[in-house]
Amino acid sequence: MRKLSKIAAAVSLAMGVAAGPALAEDPLKVGFLYVGPVSDFGYSYQHDQARQYLEKEFGDKIETTYIENVTEPADAERAIERLARSGHELIFTTSFGFMNPTLKVAKRFPDVKFEHATGYKRAKNVSTYSARFYEARYVMGQIAASESKTGVAGYVAAFPIPEVVRGMNSFMLGAQSVNPDFKIKIIWANSWYDPGREADAAKALIDQGADVIVQHTDSPAPLQIAQERGVLTFGQASDMIKFAPEAQASALVNDWKSYYKNRVEAVMNDTWESSDTWGGFKAEMVRMAPYANVSEETIKLANETVAKLEAGEFHPFTGPVMKQDGSEWLKEGETADDGTLLGMNFYVKGFTDSLPN
Amino acid sequence: MRLVLEKRAEHSRLMTVVSPLLAIGLSLIAGSIMFVMIGVNPAEAIYAFFIEPLTSTWSLEELVVKSAPLVLIAVGLSVCFLSNNWNIGAEGQFTMGAIFGSIIPVLFHGFTGPLALPAMIIMGALGGMFWASIPAFLKTRFGTNEILTSLMLVYIAQYILDYLVRGPWRDPDGFNFPESRLYEADHTMWMLGDGRMHFGAIFALVAVIAVWFMLTKTIKGFEIKVMGQTPRAGQFAGFSRKGIVWFSFLISGAFAGIAGIVEVSGTIGQLTPVISPGYGFTAIIVAFLGRLNPIGILFAGLLLGLSYIGGEAAQVTLGMTDKTTSVFQGMLLFFVLACDTLILYKVRLVKPQPTAGGAHERV
Repeated sequence: MRKLSKIAAAVSLAMGVAAGPALAEDPLKVGFLYVGPVSDFGYSYQHDQARQYLEKEFGDKIETTYIENVTEPADAERAIERLARSGHELIFTTSFGFMNPTLKVAKRFPDVKFEHATGYKRAKNVSTYSARFYEARYVMGQIAASESKTGVAGYVAAFPIPEVVRGMNSFMLGAQSVNPDFKIKIIWANSWYDPGREADAAKALIDQGADVIVQHTDSPAPLQIAQERGVLTFGQASDMIKFAPEAQASALVNDWKSYYKNRVEAVMNDTWESSDTWGGFKAEMVRMAPYANVSEETIKLANETVAKLEAGEFHPFTGPVMKQDGSEWLKEGETADDGTLLGMNFYVKGFTDSLPN
Repeated sequence: MRLVLEKRAEHSRLMTVVSPLLAIGLSLIAGSIMFVMIGVNPAEAIYAFFIEPLTSTWSLEELVVKSAPLVLIAVGLSVCFLSNNWNIGAEGQFTMGAIFGSIIPVLFHGFTGPLALPAMIIMGALGGMFWASIPAFLKTRFGTNEILTSLMLVYIAQYILDYLVRGPWRDPDGFNFPESRLYEADHTMWMLGDGRMHFGAIFALVAVIAVWFMLTKTIKGFEIKVMGQTPRAGQFAGFSRKGIVWFSFLISGAFAGIAGIVEVSGTIGQLTPVISPGYGFTAIIVAFLGRLNPIGILFAGLLLGLSYIGGEAAQVTLGMTDKTTSVFQGMLLFFVLACDTLILYKVRLVKPQPTAGGAHERV
């Protein structure tokens, strides 16, 4: 009996020695899947910035891998499964199109944690996260209306999906808070990333009298046109000031760092749970790039709004707000619920175009 | 001294065998130089690219999933190219096949049972044939250049798909996001094995065997080749010029259409705005890489599939960027096609003549 316990002690000691340092040194493998190249200076670039931040922050406790430029669902499913099979315990799939592939792989790997950006389907091991980019668009609307002389902004938009429509409405409400008669002209690029078409759209909008260019597409091309033609513009997803040093007023910056850090910590502490996160300025997921090329007054106004958003005191969609047809949407003081915002498929009052369907 | 390419009287049988090996050797050397330049151990990189994907059942199955549509489309295209019909629009026929085949799971999703899937496949083939019949009609009726018409129709097909998934075919429960509903189990391709491999691989194999048989053993195969090489002689033999245009376009359209519906119902499981990473265009490369021979196309499709799967593996295991792997794929294709020159030509070293002719030649 004594001998047995001695052996047991020896075994556990040996295992402890063997397993202890191995556990401490075994880094957490975190995988990322990007829809674009990391060099797009926009959407995927910002995700990769956050990945690099994780590497810096966690040092050798973590190991990260990414697969870029995955545009099609069949390829996405294979790429996600490859990450799961090669020992990644936490996988961020950063584009809407990866939703169903992520869920399919998650079913086959119940022990791996998945984080899908901008989708709406969750599972026990699949969380979703997105940012309230529309908050920044409200601020952009205020800046645009304060600075514009023609009272017309040109909007280069990707597709008429809720994400984009919500941003337009928020921009419009921000602009109307400064100039109730503000107008928006829209060109649909029908692509997230098509520098040629985005540039053409920006040119056409300027020719139609817009003196502010806003974009909800990913390339810096519209900024370069704005720089060339001397009108105001905004960066998309990241600070794009180097593409338009004399034209960029600010930029809507996607900041995934703090969210990614929280999620990695949760996995390390074994507290990770499937959840849905939709954060804005308050959660540090959205911020404005440094202001430039605008007046002090405009900066003051923007800073005030941002401070309220950061404190959670202000919702861009606060009544009274009417729909485009004049019918009432939000009563005085009422704020929009997330369900309506997530499926938003109507314009607010003030738009002259009709929403393509 | 200079090097001269001299046309051979006949195909070199030796070079037919040696050229692919030479090409692989040259890509390995050039690739290794590139890998060293970016600080990656070339042995590890080449292992990740070509060997690792072959070491697990999972990635072998994925290789089949990736290669099957390429092979199926390329085999159809080989009939076109052999008969001198330049169908560049397989990508559009693929998309149309996916759209037509999806009419059942999207609009009539209540129609289930064992007949649903065969009906979808037939609809897919018809969709591809319909789209391919447009350039065939324009060519036979008005003499329009089929390269342009078939290529332009690719974009039209893609816009139709885009319109459908963002408009009338959008998933009613999908928060307005641009995707169709997910297909029912009865509308999903029969699976082979426990991974993602599905029945589409069988279609590709059957197509390879059927077209090989047709080209080598039947009068139709003879007709295709004669009409491709010397249409005048073919007409004297009683072959119809218009007939062969229609035949080759319809068969390649049908194959591309089947590949489309099989991809959507087998690999993706729904319609999305993008359903192909350019299979229809890559298949053109596969067809020529396989020297327009169905058996060759089978191997070419697998090689190209391997380079994609391997490229992705290298991204994960070695942290390479997507650009490096595409450059390496490009090198591989370049050397394979360049070395094929040696089958038709031989390289000769020409010594300069001692007369003034040498100087004269420079002018």
